[in-house]
Amino acid sequence: MNKKTFLSFPYLLWMVAFIVIPLFVIVYYGFTAMDGNFTIDNVKSILDPINLKSLWLSLELAFISTLICLILAYPLAMILKGMNMNNNSFIVLIFILPMWMNFLLRTLAWQTLLDRSGIINTALTALHLPTIDVINTPAAIVIGMVYNFLPFMVLPIYNVLIKIDNNTINAARDLGANNIQTFIKIIFPLSFPGVVSGITMVFVPAMTTFVISDLLGGSKILLIGNVIEQEFTVSNNWNVGSGLSLVLMIFILFSMALIAKYDKASEGTNLW
Amino acid sequence: MKKASILLLLAFSSIFILSGCKKSDVGKNGDVYVYNWGEYMDEDVIDIFEKETGIKVHYDFYVTNEDMYPKVKTGAVDYDLICPSDYMIQRMIDEKLLAEINFDNVPNIKNIDKTYLDKSKEFDPENKYSVPYCWGTLGILYNKKMVKEPIDSWSVLFDKKYKDNILMINSVRDAMGIALRYLGYSLNTTNKDEIKQAKELLIKQKELVQGYFVDEVRDKMIGNDAAISVIYSGEANFTKRENKDLEYVVPKEGSNVWIDSWVIPKNSKNKENAEKFLNFLCRADIAKKNFDYITYSTPNSAAKALLDKETQNNKVAFPDASLLDNCETFHYLGQKMEDYYNEQWKEIKSH
Repeated sequence: MNKKTFLSFPYLLWMVAFIVIPLFVIVYYGFTAMDGNFTIDNVKSILDPINLKSLWLSLELAFISTLICLILAYPLAMILKGMNMNNNSFIVLIFILPMWMNFLLRTLAWQTLLDRSGIINTALTALHLPTIDVINTPAAIVIGMVYNFLPFMVLPIYNVLIKIDNNTINAARDLGANNIQTFIKIIFPLSFPGVVSGITMVFVPAMTTFVISDLLGGSKILLIGNVIEQEFTVSNNWNVGSGLSLVLMIFILFSMALIAKYDKASEGTNLW
Repeated sequence: MKKASILLLLAFSSIFILSGCKKSDVGKNGDVYVYNWGEYMDEDVIDIFEKETGIKVHYDFYVTNEDMYPKVKTGAVDYDLICPSDYMIQRMIDEKLLAEINFDNVPNIKNIDKTYLDKSKEFDPENKYSVPYCWGTLGILYNKKMVKEPIDSWSVLFDKKYKDNILMINSVRDAMGIALRYLGYSLNTTNKDEIKQAKELLIKQKELVQGYFVDEVRDKMIGNDAAISVIYSGEANFTKRENKDLEYVVPKEGSNVWIDSWVIPKNSKNKENAEKFLNFLCRADIAKKNFDYITYSTPNSAAKALLDKETQNNKVAFPDASLLDNCETFHYLGQKMEDYYNEQWKEIKSH
């Protein structure tokens, strides 16, 4: 037996038990009615105006959050790359450090910060500045998502950036490109795979979250994740919940495929 | 804050159960698996029970009846003792998920006040399946400093004056029930027209509320984050202790009275231990200890007799019997009707 295949056995087992089988269970529930008969009503329930609205809102918030993450993360990754090797591992560590704390606690911390008589508003009042009122609005959810998912954007971009050979950049300079040209024509295209995986890693969890919207949205804002959660818990309707999950999965696969295609297209243009 | 900690605990405890119990984790006189609301028992009580009987108590939490129900229904985890609310008990009896309690093993049932056993008959007609543990009402908790007028009606929840100062309850039947009672209907109505009116009312109300909460209300009201909130009477007792400006009232239109009772699921593997634990919980000193901790009204008259006079006369903890006449318990309305309520609620939430 091939040694390498043998070593992958534990993971294969894991994959079957915790990825493949659950996926089949979801597909099964998604395509059956409560009495066990085949139906596509569960999947079609996405067309219900309420569900459609939640889906749209989720897409919108996930898109905004991903965009903000990208705008924040790219320059940061560039700065990290510009630092010398001994320092940057420390800085990367600082960046990852908050991730060592539980994600729920970090989101709850934001609740305490943003609350109407929370820490930020108390400080603003003490300084006689007008208070902010973002808790329980979509803005608060975006803040929560950006905060929680930013490291997932920074790290892949950073990883790609440090692998870019400095000689390519030097060559561009030799040939007369200025900073902006170097960035647009060399650095950014070469870092694109990192950007793509960053976008996926932020967009997917942002699209499906229900905890952040619950905690920071005061349960007033219903994202598609919340709808699915409600179907499983409050309504105890696993079938519709699974059907909606399947639709969401398709959406995510579709967006990933789109990005991957875009990624390939840009590789072709690397020969500028 | 609490909700998150409960979620975490739940996650951890489920890992524990899934991984199977280690040898050292099994009590020498067997085990009992208890599934209860978060913060709904003084955990010292569990230690006392374990010391007295040598039975190991495995204790898990849930946040709502609806979280608990699928776990028991699917048999994902076998619990021996659960503490659902009235309408959920009715539903579980209907679906034959519960076992009859052998009251020979629960002599302390004599401590439970007849009034509550009678009220329990609304969902457990022969008192065969359940033993009342806590009860209370749903009402308005408000901050006297922020609300100058006296409150005696649900109407304040729909008053533009209090925009962004209202915490609405995040629970389908409770929220819909308020709107229904305010409109003069029964909170168990199955008339779709009445339910629709209630929905419209709640949609209109949405822009006035800060958000929909259950567990967070305590902290927010104590922290003066809102003027008015909808909450259960037991929470009111606790929050009033922490913030003297708060007052609790059951509106004149009537409200919900709820009873949480202990039941034993049919798939319980340790029924006798469950009855032992249940009997223990009905003991006067233990019930008093739990009352001191959770502050929800106890139906245990022997425990009430142990309290000081001031607490015994506390109208929030032990309201007059006449108040109960104006309040209804929730009934389980059948899957179709429950689904209809849920749909309306979803519509409100997504508006």
